[in-house]
Amino acid sequence: MLNYSILIEHWDMYTQGFANTLKASVLALIGSLAIGTVMAVFRIAPIRPLNWIGAAYVEFIRNIPLILIVFVFFVGLPAIGIRFDSFTAGTLGLTVYTAAFIAEVIRAGILSVPKGQMEAARSSGLTYLQAMWYIILPQAIKIVIPPMGNQFINLVKNSSVLGVIAGLDLMYFGDLISSETFVTFDVYIFVAIFYLLLTIPLSLGVGALERRLARSR
Amino acid sequence: MDFIGAYAPAHLKFLLEGFAVTLKVAFISILFSFAIGIVIGVLRYSRIPFVSHILAIGVETIRNLPLLLIIFFTYFALPEIGFKLDKFYAAILALVIFESAMLSEIVRSGLNSIEKGQIEAARSSGLTYTQTLWHIVLPQALRRMVPPIVGQFISLLKDTSLAVVIALPELMNHAQIINGRNVNYVIPIFLLVAIMYFIVNYSLSLISRRLEHKHL
Repeated sequence: MLNYSILIEHWDMYTQGFANTLKASVLALIGSLAIGTVMAVFRIAPIRPLNWIGAAYVEFIRNIPLILIVFVFFVGLPAIGIRFDSFTAGTLGLTVYTAAFIAEVIRAGILSVPKGQMEAARSSGLTYLQAMWYIILPQAIKIVIPPMGNQFINLVKNSSVLGVIAGLDLMYFGDLISSETFVTFDVYIFVAIFYLLLTIPLSLGVGALERRLARSR
Repeated sequence: MDFIGAYAPAHLKFLLEGFAVTLKVAFISILFSFAIGIVIGVLRYSRIPFVSHILAIGVETIRNLPLLLIIFFTYFALPEIGFKLDKFYAAILALVIFESAMLSEIVRSGLNSIEKGQIEAARSSGLTYTQTLWHIVLPQALRRMVPPIVGQFISLLKDTSLAVVIALPELMNHAQIINGRNVNYVIPIFLLVAIMYFIVNYSLSLISRRLEHKHL
């Protein structure tokens, strides 16, 4: 059976790690929503150079490992004199990485809104940005919510890379507790349970939303 | 920044050796995950009572855990219960566990995308359930699954880099070793490593896109 005294004795470390995992995930979600929306609009705006920037960002970032991006913030930028603490470096890395995926989700959402909507908005005198902000994006959001939920689940799981750079998250504290207690199996089972406390309700929620959206079509 | 020193022939060779390990681990893992993923996907699709419930719980648990945790588990925790693996096999085992769960979902939704009428037609023309599955449903579903499976392989290639935590001598690990020699190498090396991953993964994603247009 599992050794529950480890959980009780190190409760503070587990909960601190859990809180930091949640904090990094939420901060990275907010940041990547902002960057992702900008990149998605860049990709479909009727301005060629912006299309290139958006496409280059998405394609390059999506095809390289997350841990490499985190290392760039944690090891690479300090080499040229820009320093972050490990939590910040990890969260920035997560943001830059996730933004590429969120940009694709938002782009698909925008493209799913019928073209006539943009034409109607433009011909009634709105600028491109106004039409995008008031007409297209609000309609795109409904379609975008379930895949966005999946991205958030990935974000929570991916935030474990903070553990590699001592980023004070759940993974890091798991590592710390196992090196203090010389127990690994039970320590990591408890870490797993804490992750599942976040990801399973999110998965169930996303599944329910997907079914609801499928019915409403 | 020292591009010339960083890109010394010995370093380039060392990085390529690391990349060979990355590709080897990813390739072995995808083969096993694909086989296991098909078995789990078909079993869940067939709705065999009890078996498919247990599999559903297993798959959902694995899919909702970070891969990094599974790597720690196979390398650090399994020895504690008398199951010691070296880095190479611990990394492969972790990737196979994680990717099988991911691929089984791709297989299951591929099977579910085949119209029910096909199954009814096959059954009423005298095929057994297993024959229907093997000759009618699976071949059609597999074609639809090709693009998401290539996508999953791209994720797998990227995720192999997480094995840097157990010092598997793959590309990220070799990059970190070179970076340790001189701080001026760090940015040039990261840039080169990023380009190496990008070239392989982007080519794969182009292939996947082409297949998508061909089959749909």
